[in-house]
Amino acid sequence: MLAHALIFYLFSFIAISSSLAVISSKNTVHAVFFLILDFVSISCLFIMMGAEYLGMLTLIVYVGAVAVLFLFVVMMLNVNFKDLRTGFLSYLPFGLLIGIVIIIELGMMIGTWKYKDSFIKTSEIKISSKVSNTEALGNVLYTDFIHYFQISGIILLVAMIGAILLTFRQKENLKRQDITKQVSRERDDGVSLEEVESFKGVKLND
Amino acid sequence: MIDISLGHYLFLGAIIFTIGIVGIFLNRKNVIVLLMSIELILISANINLVAFSVYLQDIVGQVFTMFVLTVAAGEAAIGLAILVVFFRNKGSIHVEDINTLKG
Repeated sequence: MLAHALIFYLFSFIAISSSLAVISSKNTVHAVFFLILDFVSISCLFIMMGAEYLGMLTLIVYVGAVAVLFLFVVMMLNVNFKDLRTGFLSYLPFGLLIGIVIIIELGMMIGTWKYKDSFIKTSEIKISSKVSNTEALGNVLYTDFIHYFQISGIILLVAMIGAILLTFRQKENLKRQDITKQVSRERDDGVSLEEVESFKGVKLND
Repeated sequence: MIDISLGHYLFLGAIIFTIGIVGIFLNRKNVIVLLMSIELILISANINLVAFSVYLQDIVGQVFTMFVLTVAAGEAAIGLAILVVFFRNKGSIHVEDINTLKG
């Protein structure tokens, strides 16, 4: 139990300090790296809680996709990130005030809220100890939640098409294949026979 | 203190949520850090969902976390794509310049 508590405090300390570093680091590339550290420690916490599949999924989706996407964009845009930090200190008092108010409110809610007994009874799909976490998720994901699953697939498709459509640039002077034009090409379009007189040469017009 | 309960995870989620909110306030100019703060807020919501799911022994919370993860990935992709297009047109990513987009 002691080891469990120690590991929890270690990972939560890393998560909190790295998320503080994300919002306050001067270099945006460093902020992305701290974001990766934050996601890794939170996925370790998920695994500690017994949600192994979600821990791995967080690693794959957040670290493997989202954070790398952020890194690509930060490195691709030639922006002077120093300019973007002006006004950081002027927003600090107001931001800290809002943050303290929010954390006090949330802490009061978490500290004083008690669950009704009937609240626990409303939950229907119990985690059974016989199957693993992944198997339990798979059992409900493709049966009870199939429509939600498909809608989330559509969301990903729309996001993919939208991102491609936004960033796609049609380049000019680019030779593209035109099947009808290529197939309907006649011999006369490409070949011309010229009578070449001696010592005069021939002038080709292309 | 030694016995880790639901409240500990909820409080961790609350702290990370607050850090995300404060990050939105502090980095008013840098859109990339704004998007990262939104990711922090989403993952704090995920911590709450997983903590309740494990506490109530109910798998639905974890299924919902997967959908939140999907939406977060889509949101990050679209947001960064908009940012890239905006940078191409404007040559900067200042949040103040974005108000020129209104018709």
